[in-house]
Amino acid sequence: MIELIKNPSIDFMGKRKITLTISSILLALGLFALLQIARGKANLGIDFVGGTAVQVHFQKTVSLQEIRSLLEKNGFHGVQIQNIQSSSDILIRTKVGQKNGSPVSAALLKDLRSGFPDNQMTILSATEIGPTIGNELAGKAFLAIVYSIIGIIVYIAFRFEFRFGLAAAISTFHNVMAVLGLLYLLGIEINLLVVTSLLTLAGYSLTDTVVVFDRIREQLRRATRQSMEEVINLGINQVLSRTVVVSSTVLLVLVALFFLGGPVIHDFSLALLLGVIIGTYASIFVASPMLLVIPRGKKAVLSGGKALPGQGVRNTNARN
Amino acid sequence: MKRKIGFRLALLGGATFISLLLLLPSLPVWKDLPGNVRKLLPSGKISLGLDLKGGMSVTLQVDREKAVEGTLQEISTAMKTPSMEPRIQGTTIMFPVGSGKDRDTLVKRVRRHYPYLQIQSQDASTVTFSIPPAEEKRIRAHAMTQAMEVIRNRIDQFGVAEPLIERQGKDRIQVELPGINDPERAMSLIGRTARLQFLLVDDKNPDADKILEKKSPVPKGDEVFYSHRTGEKGQRVELPYLLKKGALMSGDLISDARVAFGQFNEPYVSLTFNSAGAKLFDTITRDHVKERLAIVLDNVVYSAPVIQEEIAGGQAQITGSFTLKEAKDLSIVLRSGALPAPVHILQNVTVGPSLGKDSIRAGVRATIFAGILVLLFMAVYYRFSGVIADGALLLNLILLVGAMAALHATLTLPGIAGIILTIGMGVDSNVLIFERIREEIRLGKPVRSAIDSGYDKAFLTIVDSHVTTLITALILFIFGTGPIKGFAVTLSVGIAINLFTALVGTRVVFDAITARKKLERLSI
Repeated sequence: MIELIKNPSIDFMGKRKITLTISSILLALGLFALLQIARGKANLGIDFVGGTAVQVHFQKTVSLQEIRSLLEKNGFHGVQIQNIQSSSDILIRTKVGQKNGSPVSAALLKDLRSGFPDNQMTILSATEIGPTIGNELAGKAFLAIVYSIIGIIVYIAFRFEFRFGLAAAISTFHNVMAVLGLLYLLGIEINLLVVTSLLTLAGYSLTDTVVVFDRIREQLRRATRQSMEEVINLGINQVLSRTVVVSSTVLLVLVALFFLGGPVIHDFSLALLLGVIIGTYASIFVASPMLLVIPRGKKAVLSGGKALPGQGVRNTNARN
Repeated sequence: MKRKIGFRLALLGGATFISLLLLLPSLPVWKDLPGNVRKLLPSGKISLGLDLKGGMSVTLQVDREKAVEGTLQEISTAMKTPSMEPRIQGTTIMFPVGSGKDRDTLVKRVRRHYPYLQIQSQDASTVTFSIPPAEEKRIRAHAMTQAMEVIRNRIDQFGVAEPLIERQGKDRIQVELPGINDPERAMSLIGRTARLQFLLVDDKNPDADKILEKKSPVPKGDEVFYSHRTGEKGQRVELPYLLKKGALMSGDLISDARVAFGQFNEPYVSLTFNSAGAKLFDTITRDHVKERLAIVLDNVVYSAPVIQEEIAGGQAQITGSFTLKEAKDLSIVLRSGALPAPVHILQNVTVGPSLGKDSIRAGVRATIFAGILVLLFMAVYYRFSGVIADGALLLNLILLVGAMAALHATLTLPGIAGIILTIGMGVDSNVLIFERIREEIRLGKPVRSAIDSGYDKAFLTIVDSHVTTLITALILFIFGTGPIKGFAVTLSVGIAINLFTALVGTRVVFDAITARKKLERLSI
């Protein structure tokens, strides 16, 4: 048997002051990013704010300055121009969706083509999104996240206890926010694909949390003399090898996608990569200590088991 | 359930077989199969999303209010006489009338041609008609169906394989054109209203030059339109024209439009009018000899030739400095008719064929590479049991793709993310079970009962983790749009399949092995 970790007995809960502090910072960063997004100050993809993005490939290298002056001459102001991957692939973004009633991307491409007549240009992609659609998309994505968190709380509260559901939901929210915050810090464009990755990681980290909770629940039923803190530590240690194996396998996949997957899914795999690391961390260091922080509800019967309420399980939190 | 190994193996085998059959149409081998074999098999296949295959997806909004306005405009053009110019206000049209006799003839004429119009009010010198609300509603609804028809016509004539034209909500049209390599051209074909009008140039106005230089206001009966040209240095040049308000004739009287070539081999568009159009054109050209007639398409002046003589025979030309492509596209839009109302582009996502191809290639390469790594890892870490799990993961993939083919699903990038998450959960389920079995073995249990209790103990965990994720997936399906919905579908199907392979698939293999002989040690 190859084993990565043998009989671990790490005191995870003892470090909760440090980890909860780190997580609070991450959460605050995420909330700040959310605020910036709401104020339109973040690097939002045009899927959400509306506008035009054009990706072109030139046969010969063209300097960004040349393109900028050409576009300004043709009346495009406030245009973002940057290289993607190589210096001959160029991304042009503008918040303007329409110009004189006709779509901007067509005019833009026409100008580029006539501006560099002897440099062959291929269109890699062109996206044009009206502000109405952008708002709709953002609204729906936000609603989806809120409703799924409610759904999770209800299901876990039903299968476990209310505090487990709440802890899982808080942890999931923390994960999404933390990744959002980090993406914001890295200046990565928040677009629909990145939002999909946030949803994916919500799904992943939830699975991970449920696995850890499940083991804690099992230990709770057996526990007679241990404190809640000890029970949680025991549960986490017991699934630790599983957690490490699964997370490293998934990370393996994501690292491959990140480095080999090409530019389109680059940001997407980065978001997932961050998400898996944070999700794994959070199941142990956020969701589990939350069980100590959240006061135990009146209904303490553990569903699915015969354990009796208060069967020798002391909540250490009660002493704090 | 525990001991019926034969039944479970058959179930597993059957599911795999069906999935492979469903999968066949999506594979390249499909084309090489003989036709009668293909007929027997299911034909639904997984299509690639535009983000993977390249192409354009456009969401259009039909400005239905303009359709009502357009109808009034039509009425105005048809009813007006040299001495009487109707005026449009909102959804009403006002006719100035002189005597009572005038009034009676007018009302009779309007009643004959547009029986739905209602007299809203009249006084000594005017009669005002309005469009009743029911009719207004019909015009709006009709505008949508007509717009879709016109767009479909244009796309068909342009020639796109497997286009999708779909109505969304009450005033939106979703158009998807896969594999298009000239998005600009396609866009100008779809989005163009193509409202063709013939207007007179107001050359009699002595102040024409002053007005065009914006030194003097535009008189009431006139309006200014521009022509667009490309200058020698590639810059846009606009030339103003002072035109008399009110079209003499519009494009709905055209029966055909073709590309033709002039004496210098320059392409132009030749129009053929239907009989009513030919008659009207004849009258117009007779009445306005030596005047200039501007041909205006979507408020842009294309040409304004001087009418040399009366033109009978129902032919006209649109000239301009066209390229062959432009002339061809113009003839397509004129032939398929004008949109009943202008459309606004709400969203237009175009992925060039090269980016699509590159992203597929890179994505597939990365996924295969990552997949092999995972399979290797499992086999090394869990040895023989790991190999069984690898089999389950592969089965998972086959079943998932088969189910997607059966659902005629579209594979997009977020969909691939869903598949990766599913595979991740598949790994998770197997690891959970194996770690449990290891624990049981460490406690000294015999192989057989270690496997049994390993599965039993992991069961609830796996169900719980899958159901929570399923809840998220379902909510995403309900609230998500486009790509997110695709992700949710893949994920939901994947979760269901995962539960099956993890709890039934690998178990039956272990059971089959342990049923034959008593294992002393399990390779795990």
